[in-house]
Amino acid sequence: MKVKNQLKMQLQAKSANESFARASIGAFVAQLDPTIEEISDIKTAVSEAVTNCIIHAYKNFSGEIYITVKIFENNKVKIVIRDKGCGIDDVNKAMQPLYTTGGEERAGLGFAVMQSFCDKIRVISKIGKGTTVTLFKEIKSK
Amino acid sequence: MECKLKMENDILTAELDGEIDHHCAKSIREQIDLEIEIQNPKTLILDFSDITFMDSSGIGLIMGRYKKIKQTGGKVKIKNPSPNTYRVLKLAGMDRLAKIEREEF
Repeated sequence: MKVKNQLKMQLQAKSANESFARASIGAFVAQLDPTIEEISDIKTAVSEAVTNCIIHAYKNFSGEIYITVKIFENNKVKIVIRDKGCGIDDVNKAMQPLYTTGGEERAGLGFAVMQSFCDKIRVISKIGKGTTVTLFKEIKSK
Repeated sequence: MECKLKMENDILTAELDGEIDHHCAKSIREQIDLEIEIQNPKTLILDFSDITFMDSSGIGLIMGRYKKIKQTGGKVKIKNPSPNTYRVLKLAGMDRLAKIEREEF
């Protein structure tokens, strides 16, 4: 499928950038005329993925988050959120609802939220190299 | 992000305003916890009427306060979450820990 539009951005892994990341991606996807619910789904899933980079991937050192958003001609959106952080030892375990290494104040629901609010997600990770989370979402035409 | 705290008849109400994410959760948590320690309320109402966005950081925030107030026999109520915030709450099973009061949509 042909790419209709594309956004690339690179952010410092700072918590102050969480709101910027989800708001700017939400604004970019708005050109597809999504429903409020669809925009909210995307913003929530992006917020989870970006927060994971900040809390987990770059827990011990600072780094950058690389985001690519592609809009395809069939109204499908693909969002790739990549870090060069510590990587995830066991992706299946990390994706289990309520599993967290983030301490008491984290619910362990980041991946569950991404899975629930997107059509499909893909997680590829390598220890010491980083993690790539890909979110797929179709915007149904109104 | 704003958090206004009101204590009345053993009920502590936290009126939250804006977006709840990992970045602002810490400050809200500290403000509410301090007030719980000083006031020792029987009920904590988290008023979400003016919350425009919440991700799972908000769930961690609610769960943490639920555990804290439960130690002294208290309970948590969540007031007026938006439809989108309500979906995150339901996904996390928050309706089993706290009473969720919603306005009709």
